[in-house]
Parts: sequence; C-alpha cells; structure tokens
Amino acid sequence: MSYILALHDIRDRHRDEVGGKGFALARMAQNGLNAPDALCVGAEAYRLFVEATGMREQILMELNRKPFEEMRWEEMWDISLRIRSMFLNVPMPVELHGALSRSLDAAFQGEAVVVRSSAPGEDSSKTSFAGLHESYVNIKGTEAILEHIKLVWASLWSDRALLYRQELGLDVETTAMAVVIQKIVAGELSGVIFGQSPNDPSLAVIEAVYGLNQGLVDGTVEPDRWVLDKKTGLVRSHHPAEREKVVVPAADGVRLEALAAEERSRPPLDQDKIPKVFDLCLKAEKLFGSPQDVEWTFKDNVVFVLQSRPITTASSTESEDKRPWYLSLHRSFESLKALRNKIENQLIPGMVEEAQTLATVDLGRLSDGQLAEEIERRSAIYERWVGVYWDEFIPMAHGIRLFGQVYNDAVRPEDPYEFMKLLGDDEMISVKRNRILENLAAMIRGDGQLADALRAGKGFGQSDGFHNALDEFIDEFGDLTCGTDQCTQGRDAMINFLLEMAAREPAKASARPKELEALRHQFFSGFEGERRAFARELLDLGRASYRLRDDDNIYLGRVKAQMDRAVDEGKVRIKAPRRINSDDLQAEDVVRVLKDVNFVPEKTQLVKKEETRLEVRARQLVGQPAGPGIGKGKARVIDQLSDLMDFRAGEVLVCDALDPNMTFVAPLSTGIVERRGGMLIHGAIIAREYGLACVTGVPEATKRIQTGDEVTVDGYLGIVVIHAVD
Amino acid sequence: MKDTEALKTVIKDLFALENLAVIATQREGQPFTNLVAFSATDDLKHLVFATTRATRKYANLMADSRISMMIDNRQNQVSDFHKATAVAAIGRVDEVKGPEKADLMRLYLSKHSHLKAFATAPTCALMKLTVERYDVVSRFQNVMELWMTP
Repeated sequence: MSYILALHDIRDRHRDEVGGKGFALARMAQNGLNAPDALCVGAEAYRLFVEATGMREQILMELNRKPFEEMRWEEMWDISLRIRSMFLNVPMPVELHGALSRSLDAAFQGEAVVVRSSAPGEDSSKTSFAGLHESYVNIKGTEAILEHIKLVWASLWSDRALLYRQELGLDVETTAMAVVIQKIVAGELSGVIFGQSPNDPSLAVIEAVYGLNQGLVDGTVEPDRWVLDKKTGLVRSHHPAEREKVVVPAADGVRLEALAAEERSRPPLDQDKIPKVFDLCLKAEKLFGSPQDVEWTFKDNVVFVLQSRPITTASSTESEDKRPWYLSLHRSFESLKALRNKIENQLIPGMVEEAQTLATVDLGRLSDGQLAEEIERRSAIYERWVGVYWDEFIPMAHGIRLFGQVYNDAVRPEDPYEFMKLLGDDEMISVKRNRILENLAAMIRGDGQLADALRAGKGFGQSDGFHNALDEFIDEFGDLTCGTDQCTQGRDAMINFLLEMAAREPAKASARPKELEALRHQFFSGFEGERRAFARELLDLGRASYRLRDDDNIYLGRVKAQMDRAVDEGKVRIKAPRRINSDDLQAEDVVRVLKDVNFVPEKTQLVKKEETRLEVRARQLVGQPAGPGIGKGKARVIDQLSDLMDFRAGEVLVCDALDPNMTFVAPLSTGIVERRGGMLIHGAIIAREYGLACVTGVPEATKRIQTGDEVTVDGYLGIVVIHAVD
Repeated sequence: MKDTEALKTVIKDLFALENLAVIATQREGQPFTNLVAFSATDDLKHLVFATTRATRKYANLMADSRISMMIDNRQNQVSDFHKATAVAAIGRVDEVKGPEKADLMRLYLSKHSHLKAFATAPTCALMKLTVERYDVVSRFQNVMELWMTP
C-alpha cells in the first residue's frame, strides 16, 4: 500500500488508515468545501517506522518500567520526553524516507505547510481529545516536514495522551498515528465555530482572532465571541475581547506580535463574514450528520475550512479527575513570562513580607486567648499561601519542560536531560543555606576547642564568631529543626547536626564544568536572527523556573515556620501547668486547650509503621533515573521530619516526598531515593546540585526499605538494590 | 499478607504454565546447568524433578545439595524484556525416599504424564528441592524475594 494519500484519493476504506482528521478533511474537499490542499501520511508509515527501528519495544520498555497506576503525571511527562527524544534521534528507514520525500516534493515544492496529527479515535463522536497530540505550523521543505512527521508520531505518547490512555485505547502493539500535511493558508483572521453551544443546543458560538488560529488554540490570544441563533444564524450577542496580540507566520514557525492599532478597535469579523462562517458550519454538519466544531480562516475574503470534528459533550465531570488540572500545567511561553513576572514581583515579595511581619510579633506577650487566635490567624495565612503555591508556583515549573523541549529539538542530544545542566547556574536558596551550614561546620572542624565545648554542651566558649554566625543563619533561614519535634530544643539540635557535618569531609555543590559554555553555544547556534533572541529569553525563563521551583518552597517554609512558632509557643504554655503531653498535638488541639481550660485532647498517636514481614523482601526496586551516579550506604528512612536530625554522614536518604526545607541533609548523604517520581522533584534537583546518585518514583520506597539496610542507588539506570543481610 | 499472597500468585501462575526449569549445580566450584521438567507443591515449599543417577547433576547434588532453579516465561522475543517473569528458587535438594515418594511422584506425573516410564525407572531418582527463597524478577529489573524460611 502507498504510505501517502492525496485528499481526493481517500475513500471510506481508508478511514482507519488516515485517522479522523484526515478522513474529515478528505470528505469536505470531495464535497465542495474549501479545504486547503493536503496529503495524508497513513498509519502504515508509523507502523513501519516503529517496527523497522526497534522503537516499538523501546516504547514498551519505557511504559512498562512500573505499573501505570503507580505513576505520577510528572513521570509520564518524563517518559514522553524520553520517547520524543528517541523519535527525534532515530532516522527514518531509507525506503520510507524515499517514498514520503517523493510525494512531499511533488505536492508542496518548498511551500509552507501545517503538519497535523490525525490519530485514530482522536476526533471520534464519542470522545474528543483535541490538543492531546501535536501540530506544527509553517514548516518548509521536505526534510523539515519529515522531521515534524516524526514529532507528530512521538506525540502519540505525549504525557497528555498517556493521561487519557484508557479513553484513547492507547496500545503500543496496535495504535498508530496518521499525519495530515496541509498547505498553510496565512489567513488574516481565523477562528473556530462551535455548531452547538455546550450550554444551549439552540445556539452556535463563533470565536475569532486576527492572524493565525494558534493564539486562540493555545490561549495566548483572547478571541472575540459571537453567539448565534442556530436556526437563523442571527447574532444574539457579541462579546468583544481586549484585542492586543496576533499570531503570524515567522521565518521558522509562528510569532506572537502586538496587534496594529486599527485592528484593536475593530472586531475581526463583520456582518459579511459571520454568515460565511455560519454557512461553513451548517455544510459540515450536513455532511457529517452531527454538529461540528470547525476551524476556519479568511484569506483575501475567502473562507477556508482547516478542520472539522464532531462536538462531544462527554467530558469528564468527576471532581476527583485531576487530569484537566495536569493538562492546565502546560503553559505557553507568553503565559509563563507573565506568570514569572507575577511570582517574582508580587507573590514572593508578598510572602517574604508576610513572614517578616509575623516574625515581629512578640508571642510571649500574648494572653492564652490571644495566642489561640494568633495560631488560627497564622494557619489561615499559611493555607492561603499553600493555595497560591498550587495555583501559581507549580505551573511555573513548566518553564523547565518548555525549555527542555525546545533544547532537544534544536540540539537533539543523546541524553534527553542534557538541558538540565544549563538551568542550574543561579544559586538556589537551599544551596546557599547548605553552603552557609558547611561554613559553620568548617568552623567546628577547624577549632578543636570549640568542637569539644559544643560536644560537652558548654555553649560557645571563646568563639563569638561561631555564635554570631549561627545567629545570622537562624535569622535568615530559621531554626531548621522547627517543624520537627526537636524545635523546642532550640539550638542544641542544630549544634548536634553541625557536629555531624563537621565530622566528615566537606561536601561541595557539583562544580559547573566548562562544557556548559559549549552547551550554551551549541543551543544558541540552532537559532538564527530573531529566533536566537527567543532562545535566550527561553533559557532565561527556564533558569528562573528551575530556581523558583526550589526557592518558592523555602519562602513558603518561612511562612509555615511562623505558624509553627506560634503553635510551639502554645505547646510550651500548656505543657507545664496543664501537664499535657503536647509534643504531638495538632494546631487545632493546641488552640482548643488554650481557649478552654477544661478541654483535654485525646492522646494523639503517631501512625505506626506497618511491621516488616520477613516473608517478602525487596531485592531490587525500579524507579526513574533522576541523578546519575552510584551511591552506596546505610539507608535512613525519613518517616517524619524529626528523623532528619538522626541523619548520619554517608547514609542514603530514603523518603516519600522531599521538600527543599528538608534538603539541608543532602550534603551529608551518598544518595537519594524518593517515592515521588519525576526529574523535577526537589530530591532530584538537590541531588544534581551535589552530584549525588538519585532514583525517584520508587513505589513504596519507605515501606520496602528499612533504616539500616545496606543499599546501592544506581542513578544511571534508576535502580535501588537492597543488599541481603546474610 | 497482601504482599505475600500477591507474590505467591505470580509464582503459582508461572509454575502452572511452565514445564521446564534450568537448574544450576556445582562441582569443585565449577557451575553446571541443566534443563529439567519440574512440579511444585501447592504451598510452594518444594519443587520436584527427576534425574537418572548416572548424570553429572545427580553426582554434583550428592556432593553439594545446594541448588538454584530458574523458571521463566520468555518467548525469545524482544517483548520478553518488559513482559517476561523469571523466578529463581534457591535451596537444597534431597533424593525422595520413603513414604512421601508416592505423593510427590503423583504430583510430578500429574504435570508430566508422558515421563512416567522415565521417572519410575529404577535408575531414576526423584529429587526434592526445599526452597529457602524465591527471587521474582519482573519488568526487566524489578526483583522481589519471597522467603520460605524466616
């Protein structure tokens, strides 16, 4: 069979082969709707590619590292990144390359095209998963088109598609992807018409923007909206947008520009064009027999149909379905720039100020009732910032992913995570904190008398320098033990930790090799002219995203420390006179005791760790490789924050979810194992800073591994070996 | 208990489908491997196989009863890397004699009835592996141990 079909050659029997989008375009073209010329690369080409190159099994191995239900979205993103990198780096078999090249050369002769996904089932009438797979606009030249066909194929395994794998019926053995190559129509204005409003079936809705549709589709350009009567096509209402930007074709891809002044004040559609769009929608509905979402564009007053798919109402309404939230984490460059601005100039200063203001309150002078109210107030403040963290800070991390994708496209490195090396140039607060801790440890290491005095609990002796430095540290970073049950021990726990640090060789954040400059050069050389400025801006955004991802937790930790400070003050007050063992009390119980002298809290019990059974033991656990290296030592399982204070140099840190406020022990460790998965989690970030072996996404890590187990962390392969106690 | 039962189920499912195993014995430090037909007791504590007494494996086992037996479901396809499960049973072997022989022979022949003449020949020994632990390898590199003796 032919790997590639023109729209007019596509028949009913080709439906599965060309996918929903390709088939719909063919039917519209064959029935007189004005669709741009296009070719369809059939699913057979995809099958040949993954079969002949061995990619199918590689995809299977990636997807089967661990059960899907135990995979976090971040791990799916990592898997997608690795699969995408394979598609980029594996050349097309000669036979396939030749067959596709001949057809593409003949059809387009260097003209710009859009390369669109056309996955089977993507646009079925039961479900619609528009946007799960990729499309690329303004691609010129046969080789470039072939490369983008591979990228569209790779998007069959995008993180978004993996999230909806069950609905899509994704199966590595059988699922394949067709691709539509469509001549680009550089329309002056574009949009989408929804043949039936989701809220009212008697209405249709048009959304329109100036320029290309991409800005509307990815949310960077706000559209004007018209609501039409479905029967008559008459406009019921018009909702103008704040027209500011426009997406236009650029030398390579598309570019977001400021909209010309005259267009800002004029809606993109007028009374002549609205009926043309509506007519297009009715024709598509008649042809396909059901209401359609139709993408269209106007060029020289002629309307073109770009694609049409059935309207679906079967969207997930389950409140527990978090997938729409994960999808919302995919942010465009423009959206991330705006978000960064908000975080750096508004949110972080706000959080810092909040913590500073709270720190000035002399809690000791408050009455019990006032203290109770202060605890409640601080809890509310903290909760509010936690909300900000989820809504604003977590989406910012997508800047790292966006940079990674652009880097991999430009450089095509063998290691799909090579881009991470370029992101860590700025010192994160957690690393600065650890550097100062190291300085304090060095003071102890270099002063035997001080070390002896501290060990004997005799204070600081003659060393005012150490005393002052520790004060300064606590002023800036707070008491690290706060939030643990040792907070009330004041400096003693901190000093014990520093003594432990001083007892071993100083750790250093991994030196930035000189190759960084070469990597940077390599990246920038993949861009020319205005694209290079974009590359610089994107690298800057990626670095900010990387730094903020860690730093924002530290700032949040400062607010939390102020909440904990008030709770701890409450615990101290109720402990002595009321003889209540307040150590393990939650904040709300402390508040109740402070307010009500007769209230006696139920004895809180820590959830006891499940007893280890001898029968089943893990010997080798597979997670995701997140920090290259080998680390060997005794495991220290962190079940609660206070376990950090027991950490000994040379141990392997095993935890459920590491927070930057906990990573001060990282320099003492020889490796990090975390249950949470992903390349961007804090354990992985701090491990890379110190060149530590790190494996993330290890199911039940803290249950399978016991404190004291001898373990080897293989950060190259993502494996943790638990050695037998023979 | 959930872990134990889940792992036992994986092993039992594999044993139900596979007829052959590779055993490793040794002589003066030199490892030696063979294919054998095996059966497992329902509690997974024992695995049985048959061998004639003139074989090297029998001689090796008489000198050193330590053994490792591997059972796997590979299909000799690339997909084995993500699909195959391999179980290594580690323990010691005795030749079955006395009253338990009839039961274990019945167990063995219920799975390998075509080997009746071989297994019941006077020159053939029925061997019983008492399992200390199973190592279960899945998804290429995931390894869990099931200890039969604490």
